[in-house]
Amino acid sequence: MNWPALTTRIRTTRERTESKPGFRGRFRVWRRRIGVFLAVLGPGIITSNVDNDAGGIATYSQAGAQFGYALLWTMLPLTLLLYIGQEMCARMGVATGKGLSDLIREEFGFRSTFFVMLAGLFVDLGNTIAEFAGVAAGASVFGVSKYIAVPIAALLVWVLVVRNSYSRVEKIFLAACVFYVTYIVSAVLAKPYWPDAVRQTLVPSFHMNTPYIVMLIGLVGTTVAPWQFFYLQAGEVEKRVARRQYKDVRMDVILGSVTSMAVVFFIIVCTAATLHIAGITNITSAGQAAMALKPLAGRWAAGLFAFGLLNASLFSASVLPLSTAHVICEGLGFEAGLDQKVSEAPIFYGLYTGLIVIGAGIILIPKAPLFKILLLSQVANGVWLPFVLIFILLLINRKDLMGDLTNGPVFNFLAWTTSLAMIVVTLVWIYLSIAQPGASPGILLLPH
Amino acid sequence: MLRATEILQAHAYDVSGNFVGRVREMFIEPAEQANRISRLLLGRGRFQPLLAKWDQVAFVAPGTVRLAVDERLLGPFTPNEAWLAVRKDLLDQQIIDTHGRKVVRINDIALNEVRTNGNVELRVTQVDVGLPGAAGRLLHGLAPTDMVRRIQDRLPPRVIPWEFVNLIEPDALRRVKLRLTGHRLARLHPADLADIMEELSPTERESIIASLDKQTAAGVIAELDRRLQTQVVEKLAPEHAADIIQEMEPDEAAHLLARLSPETSEELLEELSREDARDVSELLRFGEGTGGWMMNTEFIFVGEDATRQEVVNWIRSREIHPDEVDTVVLIDARAIFAGVVPLGRLLLSSDDRLMRELRSEPPVSATSEMGEREIFELFDKYNLRSLTVVDEDNRPVGIITVDDVVGRMRSKL
Repeated sequence: MNWPALTTRIRTTRERTESKPGFRGRFRVWRRRIGVFLAVLGPGIITSNVDNDAGGIATYSQAGAQFGYALLWTMLPLTLLLYIGQEMCARMGVATGKGLSDLIREEFGFRSTFFVMLAGLFVDLGNTIAEFAGVAAGASVFGVSKYIAVPIAALLVWVLVVRNSYSRVEKIFLAACVFYVTYIVSAVLAKPYWPDAVRQTLVPSFHMNTPYIVMLIGLVGTTVAPWQFFYLQAGEVEKRVARRQYKDVRMDVILGSVTSMAVVFFIIVCTAATLHIAGITNITSAGQAAMALKPLAGRWAAGLFAFGLLNASLFSASVLPLSTAHVICEGLGFEAGLDQKVSEAPIFYGLYTGLIVIGAGIILIPKAPLFKILLLSQVANGVWLPFVLIFILLLINRKDLMGDLTNGPVFNFLAWTTSLAMIVVTLVWIYLSIAQPGASPGILLLPH
Repeated sequence: MLRATEILQAHAYDVSGNFVGRVREMFIEPAEQANRISRLLLGRGRFQPLLAKWDQVAFVAPGTVRLAVDERLLGPFTPNEAWLAVRKDLLDQQIIDTHGRKVVRINDIALNEVRTNGNVELRVTQVDVGLPGAAGRLLHGLAPTDMVRRIQDRLPPRVIPWEFVNLIEPDALRRVKLRLTGHRLARLHPADLADIMEELSPTERESIIASLDKQTAAGVIAELDRRLQTQVVEKLAPEHAADIIQEMEPDEAAHLLARLSPETSEELLEELSREDARDVSELLRFGEGTGGWMMNTEFIFVGEDATRQEVVNWIRSREIHPDEVDTVVLIDARAIFAGVVPLGRLLLSSDDRLMRELRSEPPVSATSEMGEREIFELFDKYNLRSLTVVDEDNRPVGIITVDDVVGRMRSKL
């Protein structure tokens, strides 16, 4: 074949795939578009699913059980907040090709990075503890002692990731997230009083009592967990998404945050229509939380719930310690990555193993003050979040880094307002957490 | 030995002991001398900052700088792109360690004092990428220097000599001004360089490719993973990309072009020379995963009746890349495939043997339409290191070597 013939070949292929009019041509164009979209799809959706972890399920269940539909109005603003935060990080990942911790290090120096990372380490340790608490709670439904389930889970997670088979297992975890659909079905079958649910979703209401405010802040803290920003940005960098594919990235993030919040919505509706109605306003065990699935699963509800909880816990437990070790090592300039040998990246492996061992170990201490530890980790989560948000905002408005992808005025206004609102909310939360430690959510599924 | 962090923020005094300002930045002028701190930027609050040249410095210690001249002799500061700023361009930034072949982040910079008549010169000796540097950055200003140094001495050092440090500057103009070249990088194996590229951001990758010569760039691009390959090439100017592609093996070039968008590959083919474009386009005909797709069209073929002596002389007389000599393909008088002679046999046999007598049995070949699974099986069954690809008339058109197979199989793992 010669040279002119080749150009013709390319030209005809292109015409075949792109510009042929009629249904088939359009179908091809669409198929190609969808193909491109699927290629960048992932980080947003995975991050959102990892975010609905054990602590999340516990908090949402409690929110529905305790307050019925009264907190549903937070869903829309929370979706916006989640989207704003995630979108900025995804955009930064695409525009700079660098992780969030790398950027903080390069632009704000070693010391700032160190303290951000140190805070992150403690917060993520708290989150890891919560994941293993979820494992313990899920196992207890099946009658398995936490002294057996938690060490096995810890070992499983460690081996899975270090043996580098995680990427294959990720799809299984992700597929198992279909579990959340059971909440949607169960919510419908429970016959909630929809007019009330819809009205409470659209019309904000505010109740000036402490348990309500604490639960409100708890909802914000669990949905907009700071570590997910690092995780999402790293995901975009790793996917090597090109700048021109940015629109698809945004779709991925929208899809991720909307589905994630839809799950939250239905968990609350479901628990409101089952537990709250039945007068159970304070969930103390996984078995109670599982009652929300009764309309769908009947006597299998407990098993189904435990399965979902175990999956969510293991999913997050596989992601969180690893991503934490990565973020910290990259920010501080230590060797990181599973392709390195243990002797080449001792700090990375040390951090990773340490997080799992301590996270699982604390659950195993017979009379550990789990309550206080989790409370502290939640406070830390809240304290850390505004700092991370401010770093993100400072970075994303730098023209030299972002080029034409800096924030627009509307986005900036929304982001700064929400960040400041978060700081206020967090300060209120910290105050309340210290003043009334008994009222904090997110610690409901701990086995006793 | 001094550290950059110990001197940044140091108080500077002039010859009569008057406080001049604090060291805000240190500059290296690569055009003058690649490792000398040539200027100190002294900030004085709301007053205009001053510059002290290296020959105006009399004494340097952690936290203190004494000048050899009066404050009035110091010049004003105007930013200069040709100067390398220690704090802004080096500290906390990623560099390529060309000796250890990886990307690392600078924690601190080690400086040596060189005393000449009446003044002190600071020379960059190595960069600290380990724990001592990290501890220094964390503790500096919070604990006394002696204590910080004692802590640093106990930590395991990790340093890279300055001559192995390769800066990554995304701005092409500035790269020229700073006299940054890719010649140190070019000494790395393309596969190592490709690994390094994968750790960097897109703009940094572009800058690396831009700083390399064509051959090296071609080798590196061929080794990159698919996604990066297309991204890097699509960012290059078409003429530059075509120059690089011209340096690639035809099969590598064809694989690359097939992965690019139709617009880009068409544009690139127009830039290639006719001959190269023809070679590449012949390969582009084959679908991915077939014999034709995997094969390389540059190979040696000789008549089966030639003697060993004739063949060796012929090979020597041409500029043939040693890799191509791995296998010699034999053809008969009608140019039909007649077997292969592996390098080992060619090497060990005597001069007067005929090529026909040296060929390995049985003569195995693949067709250009053959699927890769079948090809892998042939390699496995006959323990091949290379396999000849023939056309419908049984004439050799290319050769698949074991590295093509390994690469292809690995991508399926």
